[in-house]
Amino acid sequence: MGWMSISLDEARHVAKLARIELDGAELMSFQGKLNALLGHFEDIQHLDVAGVMPKPHAVSLSNVFADDVPGACLPREVTLALSAETKAGLHIVPTIIED
Amino acid sequence: MSLTQLNATELARSLRAREVSAREVVDAFLSRIESEDAHYKSFLTVDAEGARRDADAAQALLDNGKGGPLTGVPVALKDNISTNGLRTTCASKILDTYVPPFDAHVVERLHAAGCPVLGKTNLDEFAMGASCENSAYFPSRNPWDTDLVPGGSSGGSAAAVSAELAPLSLGSDTGGSIRQPASLCGIVGFKPTYGRVSRYGLVAFGSSLDQIGPMGRNVEDTALLAEAISGHDAMDSTSLPNAAISAAEVKQGTLKGKKFALPKELFADEIDAGVRECVELAIETLTREGAQFQEVSLPSIAYGVTTYYIIAPAEASSNLARFDGIRFGPRLEGEGHIGNVAETRGKLFGPEVKLRIMVGTYALSAGYYDAYYLRAQQVRALMAAEFEQSFQEFDAVLSPTSPVVAFPIGGLVDDPMQLKLIDFCTIPANMGGFPSISLPCGLSNDLPVGMLLTGPVMGDEKLLQTAYSVERGLGRDYRRPPIL
Repeated sequence: MGWMSISLDEARHVAKLARIELDGAELMSFQGKLNALLGHFEDIQHLDVAGVMPKPHAVSLSNVFADDVPGACLPREVTLALSAETKAGLHIVPTIIED
Repeated sequence: MSLTQLNATELARSLRAREVSAREVVDAFLSRIESEDAHYKSFLTVDAEGARRDADAAQALLDNGKGGPLTGVPVALKDNISTNGLRTTCASKILDTYVPPFDAHVVERLHAAGCPVLGKTNLDEFAMGASCENSAYFPSRNPWDTDLVPGGSSGGSAAAVSAELAPLSLGSDTGGSIRQPASLCGIVGFKPTYGRVSRYGLVAFGSSLDQIGPMGRNVEDTALLAEAISGHDAMDSTSLPNAAISAAEVKQGTLKGKKFALPKELFADEIDAGVRECVELAIETLTREGAQFQEVSLPSIAYGVTTYYIIAPAEASSNLARFDGIRFGPRLEGEGHIGNVAETRGKLFGPEVKLRIMVGTYALSAGYYDAYYLRAQQVRALMAAEFEQSFQEFDAVLSPTSPVVAFPIGGLVDDPMQLKLIDFCTIPANMGGFPSISLPCGLSNDLPVGMLLTGPVMGDEKLLQTAYSVERGLGRDYRRPPIL
């Protein structure tokens, strides 16, 4: 098991951060799998990477600019057809600010 | 010989010569899918009506003398490529009902080229896997032996071409997902240089690694499809300025004097002995044809799998945050707003997707970012630099594509790390954005073995030319699965 092995509580916290509801058995299973992976990840901890610039992208590009020109929008009926719930031509979404 | 036995180049020639109509070609493939795909389960959605409509449009182009190199030749699309009005599931229950309101850039390009779209092919859920067993719907099967996996994640696209249900297909490749299934199904799979094919409309997995690419029965067919789908696209901010890939000179190369680097790390014990022998035998043949080979050491390759399994999940954990039950697909009820989101994601994502989101969330979380994500990006830089150094001296880096041939469905499910090691040879090309192609080079235990060629960024045309020369140098005609 890796040097940064995580506890069941930590696994629960990661699932919460990831917005994934897991039952007890699933959580146990994921804790084991996460720890197995973290154990494998230990190999790069011993590499000397001092002074190496990180490579965040495959092929680096500098800023990409586009003219600020309005384009066509998707028709309302097309976007409404994608919605889980609609009413009177509107998207119905859950309340996100609760009392 | 039936129409479905013809490769894309032959079909295109017959279409231009008016020996056959675009409708006849599309109907032949639709009919074969209808009667045969039950064996291979390569398609999630077949769009017969759309394909026939596309065929009529293609015929109009041909009749007006406006046809291109692939006009009328049908293509199957991996089901993580958005198609306007046609369900796009990513093989996930969370997108079970999603019908995109727009076409991916590659789909627009296929329409412009007159390539009818036959339907959408199966994959590992959100392209996370190497066997097509992580599909939320069903596993696809390898046409060489239907008890075996076709590889993944573009397993449906590979099986469809191998089983002659489509002459060409598109896949996407984040760590090997085009090249590895191509290898296991005995076809050609090409990952272009990152940025030469627009990712607009490809459902994002690991954005800095993902690339759409073509699959076909031979290098020429594959190059023609690369030409059709490549080009700059303002809708993808990582699209390169001179993105268009030309297939015009794909047949002009020679093996004489070509220099190939053989990284000893990719011929090591991780590679199955039968696979290694097969590739070494092919190298002997190519040496007799005038190619030169030299063993090199690219030590960072040993860290590729770790680097990939940090960077790709980290990017996925961010990309897949959009699947929250509000903007796409079904919504399940939980406790409060966050509860709704967590319930929807917990129930509708499959186990592998949930695991990778959790790995990525952990790797990016406060206190661990430097140890995992930042360090992985530094190792990525080392790996890319080692390959770039090789390209100063060699035309391409050559290795097996997959450490193993096709394996039984369910055979590696209990050994997830073994399954992850299958991307060992293919991952470096994604890390550096390099063009990379797998082509069949023989059989081991009567199953296809793929040879992987990787070249420098923007060296796609030269790499395709080299691959064509290698295909010719190996001197064998396309080998069909015995079941056909």
